[in-house]
Amino acid sequence: MKIPYPVFLKRHEDPPKWLPAVTSIGAVILAFIISGIVLAATGANPFTVYSYFFKASFGSWGAFSDVIVKATPLLLIGLGCALAFKMRLWNIGAEGQFFIGAFMASAVVMVPLVNLDTTPRWAIISLMMLLGMVGGALYGFIPGFLKAKLNINEVIITLMLNYIAVLWNNYWIFGKWSEAGFQMTKTFPRSAWLPRLADYAAEVPAFAGMTAHFGILFGLIAAVIIYQILYRSKWGYKITLIGDNPKAARYAGINIARNTILVFMVSGALAGLAGMTEVSGVVHRLQERISTSYGFSGVIVAWLAKLNPFAVIVVSVLFGALLVASREIQPSGISFLIQGITLFLVISSDVLLKYEIKWVRPAQETAQ
Amino acid sequence: MTFKETPDAVPAVEMQDITLRFPGVLANDHVNFTMYPGEIHALLGENGAGKSTLMNVLTGLYKPQSGEIRIHGKKVSFNSPKDAIANGIGMVHQHFMLVENQTVTENILIGLDTPRFALNLKKYDQEVSDLADQFGIHIDPTAKIWQLSVGEQQRVEILKILYRGADILIMDEPTAVLAPQEADELIATLKGMAAQGKAIAFISHKLAEVKQVADKLTVLRRGRVTAERMDLHDFTRESLASLMVGREVIFNLHKCDQDPGREVLRLEDVSALNNKNLPALRNVDLALHEGEILGIAGVAGNGQSELVEVITGLRPCTGNIWLEGKNIANKPPAFSISQGLAHIPEDRIGVGSAPNLSLTSNIIMKRYDQEPISHNWQLDYVAADTLAGGLKDEYDIQAPSVQTQARKLSGGNLQKLILARELSSTPRLIVAMQPTRGLDVGAIESVQQLLLRQREQGCAILLVSEDLDELLALSDRIAVMYEGHVVGTICSADFDITKIGLMMTGTLPQDLPPEVPELKSPAPGSVSDFDSVLDHVKDFEQIEQASPAGQPVVIPEEEIPPSEEPSRGGSSPSAQDLNLSEKERVLRKVLGENYNKGDEA
Repeated sequence: MKIPYPVFLKRHEDPPKWLPAVTSIGAVILAFIISGIVLAATGANPFTVYSYFFKASFGSWGAFSDVIVKATPLLLIGLGCALAFKMRLWNIGAEGQFFIGAFMASAVVMVPLVNLDTTPRWAIISLMMLLGMVGGALYGFIPGFLKAKLNINEVIITLMLNYIAVLWNNYWIFGKWSEAGFQMTKTFPRSAWLPRLADYAAEVPAFAGMTAHFGILFGLIAAVIIYQILYRSKWGYKITLIGDNPKAARYAGINIARNTILVFMVSGALAGLAGMTEVSGVVHRLQERISTSYGFSGVIVAWLAKLNPFAVIVVSVLFGALLVASREIQPSGISFLIQGITLFLVISSDVLLKYEIKWVRPAQETAQ
Repeated sequence: MTFKETPDAVPAVEMQDITLRFPGVLANDHVNFTMYPGEIHALLGENGAGKSTLMNVLTGLYKPQSGEIRIHGKKVSFNSPKDAIANGIGMVHQHFMLVENQTVTENILIGLDTPRFALNLKKYDQEVSDLADQFGIHIDPTAKIWQLSVGEQQRVEILKILYRGADILIMDEPTAVLAPQEADELIATLKGMAAQGKAIAFISHKLAEVKQVADKLTVLRRGRVTAERMDLHDFTRESLASLMVGREVIFNLHKCDQDPGREVLRLEDVSALNNKNLPALRNVDLALHEGEILGIAGVAGNGQSELVEVITGLRPCTGNIWLEGKNIANKPPAFSISQGLAHIPEDRIGVGSAPNLSLTSNIIMKRYDQEPISHNWQLDYVAADTLAGGLKDEYDIQAPSVQTQARKLSGGNLQKLILARELSSTPRLIVAMQPTRGLDVGAIESVQQLLLRQREQGCAILLVSEDLDELLALSDRIAVMYEGHVVGTICSADFDITKIGLMMTGTLPQDLPPEVPELKSPAPGSVSDFDSVLDHVKDFEQIEQASPAGQPVVIPEEEIPPSEEPSRGGSSPSAQDLNLSEKERVLRKVLGENYNKGDEA
C-alpha cells in the first residue's frame, strides 16, 4: 500500500515551553468549531447557540456566580486528582470520597454532634469542614492502604467504593435521617450554612441573589497549597520521582507505601471537602442527588489541566460554565457533546507534544 | 576465517559520501562504508560517533542530505524501512520488538502479508525450524517469548530478519544484553551465517569482541571515518582504541599500593531468595576494608544481583550485614544511604535515574532532604540547580543544561550523572554493579579512574563485574561466586585468571590444581597449556563428584593452601562429559586469546 503523502511522526527532541498551552487552547477552539458543524447539521445556527451559551454562563455577574458554584467542587476534586495522578495513582474514587465527605459534614447537624443553637457559626462550619475532609481522607485511605500493602489495583477498588458510598448515603437519607419519608434530610439550620454572597446583600446590594459561596475560596487556597506542594516542596519532589520511576524512588530511599497512602488521603480529603461545600454551601441538606458526577468530571478537569494546579482553576471554571449553560440550551445534551469533543481533542493533542509531524512530498523523494 | 575476499565480487553494500546533518550536529560527514557478501564487518566508534545514524540511513529510517547507496551494485533510494527490507536489509536492535505472549513462529510471521487469514501454525513452525537449522540456530518455534532467555529472544529477532529474506544483517551492539556464554553462541551463529554468504554489520564498542568476530573494520569518530575497511589483524587493542577516541587510551590503570584500613562492611551468614523465591544467596560471609576494592566475579546469575540488593536494602535477607558497626540487614534503603552507602546500580535507566525528570532532579535524588537543597518542608530548586551545575562541570556530563531530561543523555553521560550523585556524597562504601557495561572506551576509562580515586580516599568499594579484565585491573581482592555461594576469595598477589575461571564453575579453592605454572606466566599460550588445564579440570571434576555436597570455603587473606595429592578414583567418563562443555565455555571466556591461539595452532 502506498500513501501518496507519507506522514512521519518524529519524536520531539526539545519541545518549546509554550507548546502545551498552544496545543491545549488550539484543541479547545477546534472542539468548538467541530461542535459548531454538528450544531449546524442539526439545523441550529452555531453562532446563536454559542452566544446564548456565553450569555448563560458569563453574561451577567449573577450567571457567573452560578458558574462559580458549579466550578467549586470541580476545582477541589480536580486538585485532588491532579495530586494523585502526578504520582500515577489512578484515583477515580473522588465521587465516593465526595459523598462520604458530605455525609460526615451532615452528621455534624443530623446527629447532632454539637448544640446547633449555642455553638457559634464559625465553629460549626469548621467542624463540618474538618469532618468532611477526615471522611474523604479515610475513604481514600482504603484504596491507598490496599495498593501500598497488597498491591491491589486502585482503579477497581476506587470505582467500586463509589457505589458503596452512594448506597451508604442512601441508607441514611432513606432511613434514619429521612425528612418525612422523602429521600433527603431536613434543611440545615442557618448556622451550618457556608456564607454566600447573597448573605451580604445588605452591605453590597449588587450581591443580591448571588449563590456563590465560600467554598470557592477553599478551592483557590487549596490550589495555591497544592502548587506549593508539587513544585516547591520535598514531598512534591518525592511524588514526582515516584510518579516517573518508582524503582528509582525506592533506590533513593523513598518510602513508596507511605507516600501512596498519604497521597490517596490528601486526594480524598479534597474530594471530601468538596462534598462538605455542596451540602453546606449549596443544597443545605444531604440528599440523593448532590453530585452531577463531579467526581468523574474532576478526573477530566485534572487531565485537561495537565495536572497543573493553576490550570485546574481555569478548566474547572470552563466546565462550570458548560454545566450552567446546559440548563439554558435545549437539548441540554449539546453542552455534554462539547465537553466530550473537547476532552477527546485535548487528549489526542498530546501526540503533538511528543512528536513532530513531518510530511515527505513525492517531489522531494525523486529529487534525491 | 572462512571469508575470502574476491576482488571482483560486487559489494553487498556500498555507501558513498553519506552526509547527514541534524540541527547543530554533523552526524555523518562524507562517510564511506563498503561490505561484501560473506563478511562480518565491525562498525566501531564511541557513543555518538555516528554508527547508529549511518545504519539508520541504510535501513531507510533517515534520508541523507547527500551521498549514494548501492545494494549489490544497484543504486537505491530508501523512503522507509519497508524499502530497505525489500532490498534484503534487516536490523536487530538492542531492544527487542517481540510480543511476549505469542510463540516464536507467531512473532516471526507478524506483519507479513502471508498467511493472509487462516494460520496453519504447524506448517510455519516447520518452516521456521528448517530456517533455524539452516543457520545452526537452536530455538523451539512453539515456545512463547516470555519463556525464552534474552539470548534466545535475540535469535528470534535474527530469524525474523532471515525469514524476510535478508542477506544484509545489521546487529546493533548485540552482545550488550547477553551473558558471556550467550555472546559466544551468537558469535558462532554469525560466523555460520557469514559462511553462507550473508553480509553482517556488527556495531560495537567492545574491542576484544570485535577482534574475535569481525573480518573487516570501519571506525567512526565524530561522524567521520577514521579507518575504512581495514583488516583486523593489523590492529592491536590499543591502536583500535586510539582510532575511536582520537587519543591514547591507558589500559593499564595506575593503581597505587596501599594497605587496606579498618573494616567497613562485614556480611555474616547472609542468605536470600531471588524473585522466583528460590535460594539465590547461601550463607555468604564477606569483609571489606577502607581503601580496598573487593571484586565479585562470577558467571551472570550466580547471586551477584541479589548480593548487591541485600546490601543496599532492596531485598530482604537473613543474617547480618554490618556497615561501620551498624546492622543494615533488612533496613530500608534510606537508612543505609544515611550511613554513607552509595550504590551504582546495574540498570541505569530502570533503577538509577528518573528518565523524564531533569538532570537537577536526578542529581538531588539522595540528598533532597539535606541543607542547602531543602529547608524544612521546602525544596530550593535554585540551590539544587547550582549543585547540579557544579557537578555537571566537575564530572564533565555532556548535556545542554541542568534542565535537560535524563533520558536524553547518552549511556556514558547518564553513568557520569549517577557517579556524580553517588560519589559527591563522600560515601564510606560504594556498591558498584557493572559500572562500565555498555559504555565506550573513553567513558570506561573515566569511570574506572573515578573508582580508583575513591579507593585512594579511603572508600571501601564492592565491585561486581562480568568483565574479568576490569576486575583484575581494579580489585585488591576477588571473591568468586557460584550458585549463591562465595566459592573463595583471592588476594591480588595471587590473581590467576585460570584459578578464577575454575572457581567460577564451582571448583572449590582446595580442589584447585596445585599449580598451573604455564598459564601463570602471561606470554605463552600453546596447545599444551590449554590441554593441561583441561586435564586438570577432568581430574578435579571427579573429586568434586566424590566429595560431599560442597560447603563453601572462604580463604580470605592467606595463600591458597597447596592441596594434598588428590586420590584418583576410577574414571567416570559420562559425568565428565556432562560438565565439560560448561567448563570449556568458561575457560574459553577467561582465557580469551590464549584459548583461541591454542585452538588454531
